[in-house]
Amino acid sequence: MTGLPKVLTPSEAVFKGIKDAGIDFIVSVPCANLKELIPMVDKAPEILHLPVTREEEGVGICAGAYMGGKKPAMLMQNSGLGNSINALASLNQLYDIPLLMIMSHRGVEGEPIVAQVPMGELTPKLLDTMEIPYFMPESGVDPADLIAKAWNTAVEMKKPVAVLLPIPFWRKQA
Amino acid sequence: MKRIDAINEIAAKVKESSALLIGNIGIPCKEIHHVCDVPTNFYMLGSMGLASSIGLGLALARPDKKVVAIDGDGSILMNMGTLATIATQSPENYLLVIVDNGAYGSTGNQPTATSIVTDLAAVARGAGNKDVFEVSTPEELRDVLKSTDKGIIVAKAEPGNTDAPVIEMTPEGIIKRFMEKSVL
Repeated sequence: MTGLPKVLTPSEAVFKGIKDAGIDFIVSVPCANLKELIPMVDKAPEILHLPVTREEEGVGICAGAYMGGKKPAMLMQNSGLGNSINALASLNQLYDIPLLMIMSHRGVEGEPIVAQVPMGELTPKLLDTMEIPYFMPESGVDPADLIAKAWNTAVEMKKPVAVLLPIPFWRKQA
Repeated sequence: MKRIDAINEIAAKVKESSALLIGNIGIPCKEIHHVCDVPTNFYMLGSMGLASSIGLGLALARPDKKVVAIDGDGSILMNMGTLATIATQSPENYLLVIVDNGAYGSTGNQPTATSIVTDLAAVARGAGNKDVFEVSTPEELRDVLKSTDKGIIVAKAEPGNTDAPVIEMTPEGIIKRFMEKSVL
């Protein structure tokens, strides 16, 4: 018997999607769900990674990177969407600047912290209102393909897009 | 020194060194456009607070080009984390000029904290930036601009705007023209 094909952890699958999409510039604001993914990105020689202090700052840095020819993404918690709305609208949407936002979606099924719930519930509604396309994991869909598809959409539409990865997605970890 | 005096000095430097320029939202952008409109200028029309961040991302993406961002004290106060992130990255090709006139100049010159107690050069140093310069005359600014392409200059100025006209370009036009130069 040969070994079974290796099953990727959720973080590994997301990382594979980032690489498949050709993302080469990443800013991050931490989340417990991103604790495996951020070091993978940080070690990847083909990706320029910088931690930032707040998501809105990250939106600006990613816009500048795109204006210099990079393919930018932001690793963040969904709470950071609230910190970014003006920049997403008056920078990315105004100037047609693509951005991939890979969001740990807190405040949904399995959330232990009550303060995460309001933004957790508001996040899809805010994205709808802002006309930001978002993608969520589906059974039978490879998370890596989801990430690549989201970035391709950002490029085609020249706008920010989000990938919402909720608590049950990360639970499959290890 | 007024903001327009600082902008005149920066425009001369940018022209001479072919640097990519990010201009802060509001009247600063109009003044830059009026003094020296070149395709390598990017004019912010919204997203107050992010000129320094856009400049940092651009400088990291294009280490082969010089990048200058012109920001204001009010905008830096709105995104003070930028000074820490710039310090951690410290790109050799990035110069941030903060024209500190102690006022929100585009909205009626309401005073900012720098007109009362806050020292942005000290904040920049405290955030870990090594190359921080303070100037208060056009001559001092010209000298520092001659000697460095990197770091943070806090140019102390008095409040006051010129009546530079509105920028007629569309956002699409501004970024398309800019990226034809920045991505070359």
